[in-house]
Amino acid sequence: MRLALAALVATLAGCASTADRDPRDPLEPLNRRVYRFNDKVDQVIAQPVARTYRKAVPEEVRSGVRNFFGNIGDFFIGVNNFLQGKFEEGVGDWARVAFNTTIGMLGIFDVASDMGYEKHNEDFGQTFGWWGARPGPYLILPFLGSSDLRDGVGTGLDMYTDPLGEVRPYHTQYGLWGLRLTQTRADLLDASRILEEAALDKYVFQRDAYLQRRRSLVYDGHPPRQKEPEDDDQKNTR
Amino acid sequence: MTTRRTLASALVALAALGLVSLARTQELPPDELVKGVTLEVVDLIAKDKDIRAGNRTKLIELIDAKVLPHFNFAAMTALAMGQSWNKATAEQKKRLTDEFRTLLVRTYASALAAYSEQKFDFRPLRAKPTDTDVTVQVRVLQPGAQPVPIDYSMEKTAAGWKVYDVMVGGVSLVANYRTEFNNVVRASGIDGLVKDLSTKNRSLAAAAAAPGK
Repeated sequence: MRLALAALVATLAGCASTADRDPRDPLEPLNRRVYRFNDKVDQVIAQPVARTYRKAVPEEVRSGVRNFFGNIGDFFIGVNNFLQGKFEEGVGDWARVAFNTTIGMLGIFDVASDMGYEKHNEDFGQTFGWWGARPGPYLILPFLGSSDLRDGVGTGLDMYTDPLGEVRPYHTQYGLWGLRLTQTRADLLDASRILEEAALDKYVFQRDAYLQRRRSLVYDGHPPRQKEPEDDDQKNTR
Repeated sequence: MTTRRTLASALVALAALGLVSLARTQELPPDELVKGVTLEVVDLIAKDKDIRAGNRTKLIELIDAKVLPHFNFAAMTALAMGQSWNKATAEQKKRLTDEFRTLLVRTYASALAAYSEQKFDFRPLRAKPTDTDVTVQVRVLQPGAQPVPIDYSMEKTAAGWKVYDVMVGGVSLVANYRTEFNNVVRASGIDGLVKDLSTKNRSLAAAAAAPGK
């Protein structure tokens, strides 16, 4: 995964040119091609499957599925909080795993939230950012969508360490990946439709939202103020 | 996947746009204004069978009446335009503001329709009584996920507190339109942007009016 990523980045860097382009997105032409490909895959496969799933499966069951995978994710969310020196949060994440796996019946019920242990949002990309890594060029990863150099490496590590990868036999593992993807996509059906409505240029709107969102997450919702780009329309805004 | 989640949060945030309403609220402090309007709008939606059944026109009327008075759309448009705002004529400014308002209201209506059943956590305002520019923080609590923060940037005006930006999950709505707007203005001028926005609004209106949707 990481090798493939490095190769991809190298290829992408090769295509970069000096044209009038957003400095955060030097590989825009290539990114747009991958974006169109992803969009096709989404329209042809992911969305129809997610729609059918949402129609066929009642919310009580879907909520159990969401919590089950959320519980598995909480373990490494805790690891990332520890790596960022946020011990209280990390302990909270692991307490969530402990309570939800036992009282919450293998994570199907999120009892920890009711007990006051709030769910967090962390991953390796955020940890690298917390350590000071800049986002680097914006990237659209095949199938996975918006990313950047830092978060792409982070995502590789997230996937490498994902507990689902330990599940055997393989067909069970693939089934679980498929279910998790379907659940995630189903949860985003409303959001993606609103994106379509809100954006003049979906690619640009999604890119800017991604970069703002990740910056906010790295700083846990309190990013330092950035200077306003209108002061330097032509200049590099980062 | 993260992006999609971002979008979801953005939408929740948009939904929270609906927050601000009420005629007698002009003297209220900003945080109480946001809370009052949010709860009122959510309550009105819960009681309205037509809106819950998907009547978008009625929902937009509700937003027009309750939420819009608390937004400063000219300021939002100016911020989203950046430098180009100063180059626009008065007529262009008016048309840009009108089209942008229509787009935001429609988007907001979709977000509200999707997320109005979530629980809200209204955070205490951290500001001095003399402040005239504050951030009001609300969190949307969703089952099985991290709460989505919605921050309303509000400015005190002669007509009461007005929202001039909304941040959903750390994504500023105004900032998010800035690149899009600048790209269009650079390629086809301010009139090109007016045209793009109105084309977008017309196609959304047509899609909403189409049967079966």
